[in-house]
Amino acid sequence: MTSTSSVSIKHLDLSFGAVEVLKDLNLEIANGEFLVLLGASGCGKSTLLNCIAGLLDVTGGQIHIKGENVTWAEPSERGIGMVFQSYALYPQMSVEGNLSFGLKNAKLPKDEIKKRVQRAAEVLQMEDLLKRKPAALSGGQRQRVAIGRALVRDVDVFLFDEPLSNLDAKLRADLRVEIKRLHQQLHNTMIYVTHDQVEAMTLADRIAIMKDGLIQQLASPSEIYNKPANKYVADFIGSPSMNFFLGAVNTDGAPTFETAGQTIPLTGYEFVSSPAAGNAWMGIRPEHIVVGEAAEASDFKIDTSVEIVEPMGSDTVVWCEVMGERIRIRIDGQSSVEPGDTLRIGFDAARLSLFEKTTESRI
Amino acid sequence: MQNKYNLEGPQGTKPRKRLSGTNIMLYGTLLVVAFYYLLPLYVMVTTSLKGMPEIRAGNIFDLPVDITFEPWVKAWSTACTGLNCDGLSRGFWNSVSILVPSVALSIAIASVNGYALANWKFKGSEVFFTILIFGAFIPYQVMLYPIVILLREVGLMGSLWGLVVVHTIFGMPILTLLFRNYFTSLPDELFKAARVDGAGFWGIYFQVMLPMSLPIFVVAMIIQVTGIWNDFLFGVIYTKPDIYPMTVQLNNIVNSVQGVKEYNVNMAATLLTGLVPLIIYFASGKLFVRGIAAGAVKG
Repeated sequence: MTSTSSVSIKHLDLSFGAVEVLKDLNLEIANGEFLVLLGASGCGKSTLLNCIAGLLDVTGGQIHIKGENVTWAEPSERGIGMVFQSYALYPQMSVEGNLSFGLKNAKLPKDEIKKRVQRAAEVLQMEDLLKRKPAALSGGQRQRVAIGRALVRDVDVFLFDEPLSNLDAKLRADLRVEIKRLHQQLHNTMIYVTHDQVEAMTLADRIAIMKDGLIQQLASPSEIYNKPANKYVADFIGSPSMNFFLGAVNTDGAPTFETAGQTIPLTGYEFVSSPAAGNAWMGIRPEHIVVGEAAEASDFKIDTSVEIVEPMGSDTVVWCEVMGERIRIRIDGQSSVEPGDTLRIGFDAARLSLFEKTTESRI
Repeated sequence: MQNKYNLEGPQGTKPRKRLSGTNIMLYGTLLVVAFYYLLPLYVMVTTSLKGMPEIRAGNIFDLPVDITFEPWVKAWSTACTGLNCDGLSRGFWNSVSILVPSVALSIAIASVNGYALANWKFKGSEVFFTILIFGAFIPYQVMLYPIVILLREVGLMGSLWGLVVVHTIFGMPILTLLFRNYFTSLPDELFKAARVDGAGFWGIYFQVMLPMSLPIFVVAMIIQVTGIWNDFLFGVIYTKPDIYPMTVQLNNIVNSVQGVKEYNVNMAATLLTGLVPLIIYFASGKLFVRGIAAGAVKG
């Protein structure tokens, strides 16, 4: 393994009885990297985090943290701090007691404990809350204490298990920025589990999208958004989600995609390898479909009639039927479109994503 | 109420009839049931405050004409129970010295049991738990004689500590179940957080779990105090007359066949014996209810 690797997971298996949750999972996380584990519930992302934390015994494979094999080490010996979804603050202890509990267990000298608690309180701006009990704190303050509890331990790796899921939308956005700021300030390795793609896109250096215990794609947010490795990733990322058409790639002459009697030119599409003919899915994001004058300049254009209009303020989602599929189009929030209107839409080949029909992986 | 906005038709709080059919049924039933349960208590209290001539007159529902506390004093300090004639006082202190270690020991062990079964799942822990719970369904009578033999073999037969051990063991299934279910209801992440913070088995138990568990300890205490204080069978079998608990002495007073039946003394003795569980219940009733409805403990 390389010297810059902070957390390294090798051939990790985990099963509960006959149920395999994680299968031969490999993951290298660089020093100071912010990695987000993203996936629907039950995909094994929280399980993986619990394995890294040492709260679950693995069935096979190894976990290295900072170059040390910690597969059999106790959670407290791994140099990790963990933040939980339900905050998991000790209800009978004050904020100060919560922050210092781990340090007391590590038998640190009193003045050192005091110093660290003070510093964590400063970083998280909660010096005046130290004497309070968790019950007297708001949700956002509680989660900040929970982060502080990881902070005081001066660890190399922070683990976040859906830390913002219990907060309301506004607070979630605030605390998200705060976590990002914290990462820029501390440069610790952070592993963050979420099912919220906005959190993943905004926070991550790299995102690992998981499904059924397997990592589907591990890449930067922009690559995941622009070049999803398979149909699952393409469908999962983006809101509203990507539109799909089932058809066939034709490689007689310039490559084209044929569906429902329409021929869509693929000139300008970056194939993973040389284009091959065969059945495939074509995906296009709602925000990559253009209307009006821009549509005229696109590689492919078609007329459609508007079925449903969902105005959201900043933009508007229009539902209509194109080539036998009901699709979503995201247009400017100020444009006036009514159900029944005829809309000229278009998109460029470079914006498409093509997936093989059976394997559903990108071509 | 004044109609400020000139609205017509039903508005605001819906008016409720005090004397609706439902209310009459409800309070009527409650009154009958309360009367039914309170009547024996009333008879006991009034009889215990009467002198024997008044009792012989036969009007058991009448209030005492001449209130006397003599029967209470006699029941406590001079009534004859078998060989001794020093009343229930001896039995009271016997019961206390059986009760305190039994309750403390059984709760201490059961809470650790429950904590281990809820949080530190080990191979076979579920099987162990099932076997333990099964123990709650075996009738006591089946085990009476085997325990006599066991106690004799370890030399505890007829001693106070023998009875303490028996009470502790018999309290184990239900108490362990109680504690396990309570600790299972506490958020799992709290336990995980404590492990990440480096606390061990006892550290988590004493510093994280115990402070959150007052209600369930009160429930366990009430169950044990009531059960052990009211126990007659184990007390009469596994101890000897010197250290008979209060319930056994009460029986000896009430069921003595010699002389006159002193109903007033019997009533007073019974009330005295029942007093401890009653006080415990009234002192901690609120916590008891809260503990039964546990699970609402949120960080």
